Amino acid sequence: MKNLVRTPQHVLTGGLAIVFLFPLVWAALASVSPQAGTQQTDGWGFGNYATLANYQAGVWQYILNSTAISLLTVAFTLFASVTGGYAFANFRFPGRNALFLVTLAILMVPYATLLIPLYVLLNSLGLQNSLVGLALVLSMFQLPFATFMMRISFEAVPNELREAALIDGCGSLRALLRVLLPATRPGLITVGLFAFLAAWNDFITPLVLISDSDKMPLPLAVANLRGQVMGIVDYGATEAGVVVLALPCIVLFLALQRHYVRGFMSGALKG
Amino acid sequence: MTKAKAYAGWAYATPTALFVLVFFVLPILLVGRMSVSDWGLFAGNRGWNAPENFTAAVDNRLFWPAVWFTLKYTVVTTVILLGLALGLALLVQESSRWTGFLRTSFLVPSALGLASASLLFYALYSPQASPFPGQISFLGTPWSALWSTVALIVWRFAGFYMLLLLVGLNSIPGDVYEAARLDGAGRWQTFRHVTLPLLRPSLALCTILCVTGSLLAFDQFYILTKGGPDNSTVTIVQLVYNVAFQGQNNLGRAAALSIVVLAALLIVNMLQFRGLRGKER
Repeated sequence: MKNLVRTPQHVLTGGLAIVFLFPLVWAALASVSPQAGTQQTDGWGFGNYATLANYQAGVWQYILNSTAISLLTVAFTLFASVTGGYAFANFRFPGRNALFLVTLAILMVPYATLLIPLYVLLNSLGLQNSLVGLALVLSMFQLPFATFMMRISFEAVPNELREAALIDGCGSLRALLRVLLPATRPGLITVGLFAFLAAWNDFITPLVLISDSDKMPLPLAVANLRGQVMGIVDYGATEAGVVVLALPCIVLFLALQRHYVRGFMSGALKG
Repeated sequence: MTKAKAYAGWAYATPTALFVLVFFVLPILLVGRMSVSDWGLFAGNRGWNAPENFTAAVDNRLFWPAVWFTLKYTVVTTVILLGLALGLALLVQESSRWTGFLRTSFLVPSALGLASASLLFYALYSPQASPFPGQISFLGTPWSALWSTVALIVWRFAGFYMLLLLVGLNSIPGDVYEAARLDGAGRWQTFRHVTLPLLRPSLALCTILCVTGSLLAFDQFYILTKGGPDNSTVTIVQLVYNVAFQGQNNLGRAAALSIVVLAALLIVNMLQFRGLRGKER
């Protein structure tokens, strides 16, 4: 009886789920199906991916660029937020609160306001058109969330655990590496995941900071690929590009859903 | 000991301090300087130019249309997105296998980048590749371009806001509902007088995030509409980008404009904090 009552609700919610999943499924199918106005006009297959692979520097170059940018951003973000979070959680020093507040203040400033001076600044630092420079800027944008997350992760570690390590003759660095990092693994995964997704997907930052087409990350390359030949858009190759862009994000999301959700929850609870 | 601890603290904080100093504080100072200078994209600094940068930025014929469009887009997006997200959160509130599947389905789009989602909808909306029947013009008129973009944003972000609201819903203790039920409150009354008031902090957070994000919209319009048709969907951040890097190549004027945006954003957020906090008391 109860099941009968709930059936209309299942239909309604199932329909909603289909609406949300439809664009993703469509993009995946459309990228391998025959379509007018693409390089792949007859038969199913990977013709659109071949178009994508041969676009300018080749899709592998762009995937490589995006991977390098994302991994560098993860490394920089983890390094700064682990050391910073440790400092804020476990030490008292002059300027501690001011530095923490300024770090959070990054959230209040629009990207555009920062990117205009950063364009000039990176030029004078010799970091124009540089993947390292781009990763440094993307890491800065990650710092408020990452530092906050690592700070509350370190604060959640029981004091006894840290003191036991110190009594055992560990210096603060060894206590950090041997005891605290293993204890804050979930926080590290969340920070790393968010940094990776943000760097892999960012659009306006490379749009402003990277002009050399061989150094472009994948989202810029796919966006530029539209309308390359006499203003005619190759939608098939665009769909293939979207699939290549989305696939790692969806796989990471499904594999690490727990950590993804926790990242938002900590913001929601403390925000 | 305490002095040694303070040194150690600073040693650990140094990477953060360097990051913040070089990539945040210095740029803020520089953008202030640029906003009062005649600063070309390639020519660099050519001397003092205030308040001309600011007056020229506001006198740009696209300035007021961009402000108006950005505000309209922000209101429409925030109302629809948060309304839908609240509905979804209520639907999947109980945990079961089925709601677990629903949550994941609603959340998957939020794993995509905004640029990837925009590219996906760009193909979805195109006359050639679109799976929708007939010749629906998704981006051809100012009206349809606005709503097509809102649809993309709702698809991409609904699950994200649902998740934030779900955290708020789950933090409401069960006995509050129990008490309401004992008092004979119906479903609607419970929602109106118990759930909504207790959900206010979560709703406030979502509103601030959504308003801020929408006021600074860029990727979706840059990819989907390019500001068209007829410059009807140029947002304020797009205007900053165009003044700086496309056509005018005037970094000084763009810096001035971006400082106006920063000031407006700070004021809007201050008002929101006040408004949303004030009602709690």
